Amino acid sequence: MNVPAASSAATSPLPMTESLERSATMPLPAREQLETLVADILAEARAQGASAAEAAVSFGSALSVAVRLGEVETLEHHRRRGLAVTVYFGQSRGSASTADWRQAAIRDTVASACAIARHTAADPYAGLADPERLAREIPDLDLYHPWALSAEEAIELARECEAAALAMDPRIRNSEGGGVATHAGFGLYGNSHGFCGGYPTTRHSLSCSVIAQDNGEMQRNHWYSVARDRVGLEAPIAVGQKAAQRSLRRLGSRRLGTRQVPVLFAPELARGLIGHFIAAIRGGALYRKASFLLDRLGTPVFPEFVAIRERPHLLGALASAPFDSEGVATADRHLVEGGVLQGYVLDSYSARRLGMTTTGNAGGTHNLIVEPSGPFGHEALLQQLDTGLWVTELLGHGVDTVTGDYSRGASGFWVEKGEIQFPVHEITIAGNLKEMFTGIRALGSDVDKRGGIHCGSLLLERMTVAGE
Amino acid sequence: MMTIDTLDLARQQLLTPAGLGEDDLNRTLACLLGHAIDSGDLYFQARRAESWSLEDQQVKSASHAIQQGVGVRAVSGEKTGFAYSDEIQMPALLEAATAARAIARHGGDGPLQSWRPIQRPALYPPLDPLLTLSAEAKLRLLEAVDAEARRQDARVNQVMVSLAAAQDTILVASSDGTLAGDVRPLVRLSVTVIVEQNGRREQGSAGGGGRVGYDWFLAEERAVGYAREAVRLALVNLDAVPAPAGAMTVVLGPGWPGILLHEAIGHGLEGDFNRKGTSAFAGRVGERVASPLCTVVDDGTLAERRGSLNIDDEGTPTQCTTLIEGGVLKGYLQDKLNARLMNTAPTGNGRRESYAHLPLPRMTNTYMLPGAHDPGEIIASVERGLYAVNFGGGQVDITSGKFVFSASEAYLIENGRITRPVRGATLIGNGPDVLTKVSMVGNDLQLDAGVGTCGKDGQSVPVGVGQPTLKIETLTVGGTQA
Repeated sequence: MNVPAASSAATSPLPMTESLERSATMPLPAREQLETLVADILAEARAQGASAAEAAVSFGSALSVAVRLGEVETLEHHRRRGLAVTVYFGQSRGSASTADWRQAAIRDTVASACAIARHTAADPYAGLADPERLAREIPDLDLYHPWALSAEEAIELARECEAAALAMDPRIRNSEGGGVATHAGFGLYGNSHGFCGGYPTTRHSLSCSVIAQDNGEMQRNHWYSVARDRVGLEAPIAVGQKAAQRSLRRLGSRRLGTRQVPVLFAPELARGLIGHFIAAIRGGALYRKASFLLDRLGTPVFPEFVAIRERPHLLGALASAPFDSEGVATADRHLVEGGVLQGYVLDSYSARRLGMTTTGNAGGTHNLIVEPSGPFGHEALLQQLDTGLWVTELLGHGVDTVTGDYSRGASGFWVEKGEIQFPVHEITIAGNLKEMFTGIRALGSDVDKRGGIHCGSLLLERMTVAGE
Repeated sequence: MMTIDTLDLARQQLLTPAGLGEDDLNRTLACLLGHAIDSGDLYFQARRAESWSLEDQQVKSASHAIQQGVGVRAVSGEKTGFAYSDEIQMPALLEAATAARAIARHGGDGPLQSWRPIQRPALYPPLDPLLTLSAEAKLRLLEAVDAEARRQDARVNQVMVSLAAAQDTILVASSDGTLAGDVRPLVRLSVTVIVEQNGRREQGSAGGGGRVGYDWFLAEERAVGYAREAVRLALVNLDAVPAPAGAMTVVLGPGWPGILLHEAIGHGLEGDFNRKGTSAFAGRVGERVASPLCTVVDDGTLAERRGSLNIDDEGTPTQCTTLIEGGVLKGYLQDKLNARLMNTAPTGNGRRESYAHLPLPRMTNTYMLPGAHDPGEIIASVERGLYAVNFGGGQVDITSGKFVFSASEAYLIENGRITRPVRGATLIGNGPDVLTKVSMVGNDLQLDAGVGTCGKDGQSVPVGVGQPTLKIETLTVGGTQA
C-alpha cells in the first residue's frame, strides 16, 4: 500500500525555529555538546550495571517548500533530535530511544534498555564491534555544505523549476508541483570500547512532478536532483524540463501482448536490481537462510564482465561514510569481480553468526559502483536491445529474496530495431533474479549517481512480459 | 460502546506536565492568526512504543521508544505553513507558531472560535497496551508462537516472531473551536517462517492486531493461529508451479485481498488528488465506475480495528463514508483543508504519521459490502483462471490509474475447480475500470487480520481493508509462463 510521493527526493527529519527572513537550517549543536551527551549516556549505562553499551545521538534541521501552479503550497520547518542506546549485560541486550536530551530522560531511557536486557536471552553473537575493527582515523569526506537559503529563495527556485515544466508544452496543464529541500544534520556514535565519532552532513534537493494531458489521458512523471553541496544540483530549469519530457513521452501509452523479450532497465531502475542483489548477500538474509544466493561466495553470480566495488570514501558522495553504524572503519573493496561474488555485506553480529568478520556494513553499503561494460550510452543500448522493452518505471513490491522470484508492474517503451515505437503501460515483467543476474548483457555508462548505488542502464537477455 | 473522557486524559498527559492550560492554547492560536492566517491548529502527541522479536527460538532483542512533541499548522487559502517542536513548552509553542505563520503575507484574518470540545463514544479503550502483559508473559507468548509453528511440520527451519505495541495520546486544538483528545492503543504480532524441502526454500508470513491490549492475542487461539497460517502458506508455496502470464479471469478471496480496493479505488478518491485534478477519478462523482454489484465504503468507526479512530488527527469524528454505491461514484475522502477548498464537509479522514508531519486525506478501513453469491459458486463458474487469496503489498499511480498488488498465495482454477498452487505474481489493472469487470460478489465479507500500513508522501499510517470473494472477468496476471 503505497503511493509514490510527488517528490521522491528524500528530506530527512528536521527543524523549526526560523522565520521567512532567516536562513534555511538551524545552526547545528556544537560537537562538544553531542560528545558530552554520548559520554553521559555511556556513563549512565555503566552506573546502571551494564557491562557494555553503545549510544547514537543525532540532530537534524531542514526547510522544505512545495510550490504548485506558481503558488506556495507548503512551507515546512523541521527540527528533530534523537538519542538511542543499546546496553549489554554479558550477552543479553536491550535498546531504547527518545527525542528528549535532558538528564532525567537519559536516565529513564537507559533504565528502559536495562529492563529489556534483564529479560532477553543471552546471545553468544551479541556485542559491540571488536575493538581492532573500530575506525582510528576519521577522514573528512566533504559531506557538509550548508546552504544559506532563505524560504523566499527556496520558493523562487521551486517556482522556477515548475514554471520550466509548465512552459515546455501546452499539454502540460496540471502539476503536483516543484519542490526544494535543504537538510543539515549531525550524528555521533560512541561505545564503551572508547570509540566516539561523528560528523555533520548536508543534503539538498530539487524536484518537480507534472501531468501531461491529451485526449482525456493523463500521465504523470517527475525528476529530481539531490546533492551534498548545492553546487552539485542540476539547474532548476533542467529539473523542470526533464519532468515535463518524462510525462509527455508517456502520452499515448498502450498495452502489449504477453511475450518473452529482452528488457533494458533505465539507470534509476537498474539501481533497484543491484539493490535486490545486495539484499540477498546481506548477513541477516544469509544466516537465516532467507536468500536465493546462499553459499555463493567465490562463485559466478553475474557474467564475467560485471564488476561491483564499494567506495565508502568518495568525496561528497551521497552514501559516503568513514565508519559504519557500529564504529567499524569502512574501506574500498571488490564485491563482485569478473562476475564472481567476492564478499558479503556484514555487520559484526551477522559476521559472528557466519564465522566471518564484519565488512563494515552495519547500517548498509557505502557507494556501490557498478562498472559499465563499455562506453555504452542510452542510444547504444537501445541498438543492443534491438527489439524489446525499455522499462522506465516500476510499480509494486513483487520481489521475493528467499526464492529470487520477481514480478512487478512496469511502464516504458516498445523498441524495434533500436527505434522507440510507442509508450507502453499496464504490463508486468517477471523472471527470477538468479537468472536475471546471469542474463545481463550490458551495463551502460549513463550512470545515475543520485543514490548509494552508482549504476547505468542495464540490458537483460529475456523476461516475461504479461499484458493483454 | 464506552464513554470515556479521552479529552481529559489527553489534557492530563500532554498539557498538565508542562503547566499548559486552554488559555495557553488560545494564546498560541491567537499568535498564529494575528498574521493574516485563515485558520490554524496545534497537535500535541505523546507516543510510547516497544517491540520484541524472537528468532532461533529465543527472544534476543527488544526495544522501547518514546516520542513527544507538538506540530503547529497555519493555513492561508491553499497555503500551509508548518513547524514543530519536540518540547511541549510555551516558548517552543510560540516559536513554532511564529515559524508556521510566516507562510502568509496577505489574506483575511481568521476568526478564533470559542472551544467546542468533541466527544463521542469510544471505539477502543484508552489503555496502555505495553502494560497489558508482564515482560515474562510477552516472552511466553512469543515462545508459544514459535513452538506452535515448529510443531506444524518438520520442514520448518526458521521461525521469526515479532510483537509490537504503541500507545498514542493526542490532543488537537484548532482555531475553528475544535478541542479534542484521543488515547489510541495499537498492537501487532507477526510470524514469518521459512520451510525447506529438497533444497527448495519458501517463506510464509501471517499476523494480526488491532486497537486492543496484548491479551487479545491469547483469546480464540489468535497468536498460535498466525503460526499455523504462516506454516500453511509456506508449505503451499513449496508445491507451487510457475504462475501464468497474461489477461485472465481472477477470483479474489475474502479479507486481505481487499488491498485491491485500497489501491485501485481508495487512493484515487482521496480529496487532495481530486481537488488538484491529478486523480484518474477527478470530477467523476455521479458516474458509473464499477459494476452495479459493487458498494465500497471507508469506515473509521469499527470497534477495535487497526484502521479505526475515535477522531481523526484534526479532531473530526470518524464516520462511514460511501465511496461507491451500486457501482456509482458517491464521494471522496476529505480532511479539513481539501473539504473547504472543494466546498464540502470533512469526512474524518485527516490523518498524519506524527506531530512532525502535516495531515493528509487518508483511508481508515476500506471494504466492499457483501453480495449474493456463495464463494463455491463463484469458483465453479470459472473455466480457466486464477484464485488469489493472499497478498503482499500494492501500489498505485493515481494519475494514470494503474495499480498493482502482489499475490503470495494463489491457485489455478481449471474447469471450475481449484487445482495447483502457483508462485507469487503481481496483478496489474486500471483503477477506474477494474471494478466494472466485477461479475460476481460473494456473501462472505471478511476484514483483514489487522496488519496493514499505508504509505503516502513518506507518511505511514495503520489501515484496514476487507471484501467478500470477488470475480473479476479479466485482469493481467504477471507470471512467467507466457
